[in-house]
Amino acid sequence: MTAPLISARGIRKAYRKAGGEVVPLDALDLDVPGGEFLALMGPSGSGKTTLLNLIAGIDQPSAGSLVIAGTDLTRLSRSQLTRWRGDHVGYIFQLYHLLPVLTAWENVELPLLLHTMSATERDRRVGLALDLVGLSDRGDHFPRQLSGGQEQRVAIARALVADPPLLVADEPTGDLDRENARAILALLRRLVGELGKTVVMVTHDQRAADAADRVLHLDKGRLAEPGTVPA
Amino acid sequence: MMRVAANLAGLAALQVRRHPLRTGLTILGVACGLFLLTMVEAMHRGLQQATAAVPGDDRLVVFRAGRFCPSTSRLPERYGNAIAGLPGVTAVVPVLVLVSSCATGLDVVTFRGVPEGTLGTAIATPEALVAWRGRGDAVLAGPALARRRGLAPGDAFEAAGMRATVAGLVRSPEPQHRNVAFAHLATVQGVARARGSVTQFDVEVDDPARLGEIAAEIDALFAAEAEPTRTAPEKAFVAQAAGEVLGLVAFARWVGLAAAAAVLAVVANTVLIAVRSRVQELAVLAVLGYGPGAIAVLVLCEGMILGLAGGAVGVAAAAATLHLGGFSLTSEGMSVVFALDTGLVLTALAVTLLLGLLASVVPAWQASRTPILAALRGG
Repeated sequence: MTAPLISARGIRKAYRKAGGEVVPLDALDLDVPGGEFLALMGPSGSGKTTLLNLIAGIDQPSAGSLVIAGTDLTRLSRSQLTRWRGDHVGYIFQLYHLLPVLTAWENVELPLLLHTMSATERDRRVGLALDLVGLSDRGDHFPRQLSGGQEQRVAIARALVADPPLLVADEPTGDLDRENARAILALLRRLVGELGKTVVMVTHDQRAADAADRVLHLDKGRLAEPGTVPA
Repeated sequence: MMRVAANLAGLAALQVRRHPLRTGLTILGVACGLFLLTMVEAMHRGLQQATAAVPGDDRLVVFRAGRFCPSTSRLPERYGNAIAGLPGVTAVVPVLVLVSSCATGLDVVTFRGVPEGTLGTAIATPEALVAWRGRGDAVLAGPALARRRGLAPGDAFEAAGMRATVAGLVRSPEPQHRNVAFAHLATVQGVARARGSVTQFDVEVDDPARLGEIAAEIDALFAAEAEPTRTAPEKAFVAQAAGEVLGLVAFARWVGLAAAAAVLAVVANTVLIAVRSRVQELAVLAVLGYGPGAIAVLVLCEGMILGLAGGAVGVAAAAATLHLGGFSLTSEGMSVVFALDTGLVLTALAVTLLLGLLASVVPAWQASRTPILAALRGG
């Protein structure tokens, strides 16, 4: 049996706040096989974004083990985690977070600037990524010259360009109209189906979750029992 | 590693270019500071060239004892023969100096009346010398004077009560030759009503090690005369005559330091504001894999680019101003020509690069510590 791409055991995340300890995640176990499109749902404060950030290597658990692509993230230093993130994760934000003074091409190029590849190779990869999201003719456009859907597609190209095995998406359709949302979800499905990427997506939208292979519900920092949907 | 650093520098350059207003204003501020700093340092270098003794200096200036302004220093022309007879003296040139002002100024015209035959091809081209010898009112104009007054061969001008025609330009590299007009001694004596008198004698000796000894011998020779002399090595003489300039330049260097501090503050302020306004962008870069080091390099590069760009504009403006203006500070007939050479240009650019780097250290440190999650939520 193949080892899952993501394996979380006994994950706990706690932090101190005025008035005591807050525990957004507790005793969480999770396996995600490579090439799966997983949707995480749950009410506000259920811990789904915290879990996504742990999986993305932006944050580290307070306890438990989190192994992704063979690396236990809990054992990495901050700088090791940053490097790991650059190599293994593509992050797609709800609000795209493109750098406004850079063109679409330059935004997509950003993750590659940390690699020692030649400019020619960089150009080839950026061109491929933009082509994949259907925006090869918009490379010289600034974010303000693009629609919301186009901005999100540029953000997806940016997440893809370094060829990470894992894409994490935080409400990727949350700021889009229905048509654009459908196009983005279709694109994510294609990335799973054609490129074998693993996608973990947080969403509030059941229609978005329906595009995933599997939907998990979180409630008060724990995964809800299969078949139960928290109110 | 170098490739990644170059990539980050390129990204920093893009950030600088794509914020034209902020960049333009910062460059303007840095350029003003560097303009001032470069001008002050050019003045300081000119002063050093004019006054700092170097091995091999073999010239003395014989002046009237107790007098400081060329207008009041009068020595009998006959002293020249007595000086020339001293052992170790190889040449004596009687000079009558006529200045438009004894006070310190930026546009003082200094005529140096010298006998025909004392100017050689080290001073001007043979054609210019021939033209100079052919007219009584002819002068050979130093390059700084010519530039400042817009003079070319054939032009006439008037200063210090003397009307002169430019026969040619001086090509000597000597600092004291750059801002004077060499005229005929007899002509200047006529204008100054000083027949038979000169302001000073320029004396060359065969052994630079004996400058002090020969100076003492000259002064001893005329100690009992009605017009006693004060003899000093040329550069020491310039330093003494340009005493006011020395004080002015020393003060101006403090102004230059203040300009450098202003540059530091301008760049630091710009980079700090840029970092604070881009907290979310920095967090996004961190999510994309940019570690604290890479983010710090980005910010440091931005500061250095701003510093260097502003510095280049400031230094270029100073060079253009000095080239077109031909500025020199003249005091009591002695000139300090602003000296902007390649060394100073490179030094100024290195200083502005360093200031840009220093100014970005704190913002870079702050940027590298951007808390990712809080910054992303903040947007």
